[in-house]
Amino acid sequence: MFLLCETPIDPAALARALTHAGAGACATFEGWVRDSNEGRRVVRLDYQAYASLAQAEGARILAEAREKFAIIDARCVHRIGALAIGDPAVWVGATAAHRDAAFAACRYVIDEVKKRVPIWKNEHYANGESGWLHPDNTPVAELS
Amino acid sequence: MRLRVLYFASLRDRAGTDAEQVDSASADARGLYAELRVRHGFAMGEERLRVAVNGEFARWDRVLADGDEIALLPPVSGG
Repeated sequence: MFLLCETPIDPAALARALTHAGAGACATFEGWVRDSNEGRRVVRLDYQAYASLAQAEGARILAEAREKFAIIDARCVHRIGALAIGDPAVWVGATAAHRDAAFAACRYVIDEVKKRVPIWKNEHYANGESGWLHPDNTPVAELS
Repeated sequence: MRLRVLYFASLRDRAGTDAEQVDSASADARGLYAELRVRHGFAMGEERLRVAVNGEFARWDRVLADGDEIALLPPVSGG
């Protein structure tokens, strides 16, 4: 399950929904909105997404995680719209019989989401300026 | 042919719209982006972008057809 949501993320509720009798481990990751970036004071963020492709690519990443690691389930929720400092921006949860697979799947999902899912962050700074972050200055690889 | 183009993030701000109809004779997505760079003054070269056609990632040499929806995707910054 990969979801984009316009309402606040509730990490406790998302983790509870992963409950499974066979799960001996649940690894979760939360990305939060931070008040600074590259030395600039950040006051709030906007996230924009290409929703249909973001959902499809997010679902592909979760399917890859299920293939690569011995997990029971993996889920990810990403906020879009306006966020304040401290808000959870992204949540990943992975359950497995044992911790190694849960940690590895959780790490894989957040890393791939940040690399591949068409979502963009607009930072609003304390001085009134704002800017879209396109942090990858390296060439974007073409599909092979 | 008539195409629909979707813009995101800095490209959306620069174009001043999230989507527009474009009449183009460009053979492929690369040619279309070159045309749109001139029209809107986009600074980023195609090597920094990805392109999607009709909702799926595509290559820049993807041949376009009348009615296609092309999304221009700057480097992503989710998470």
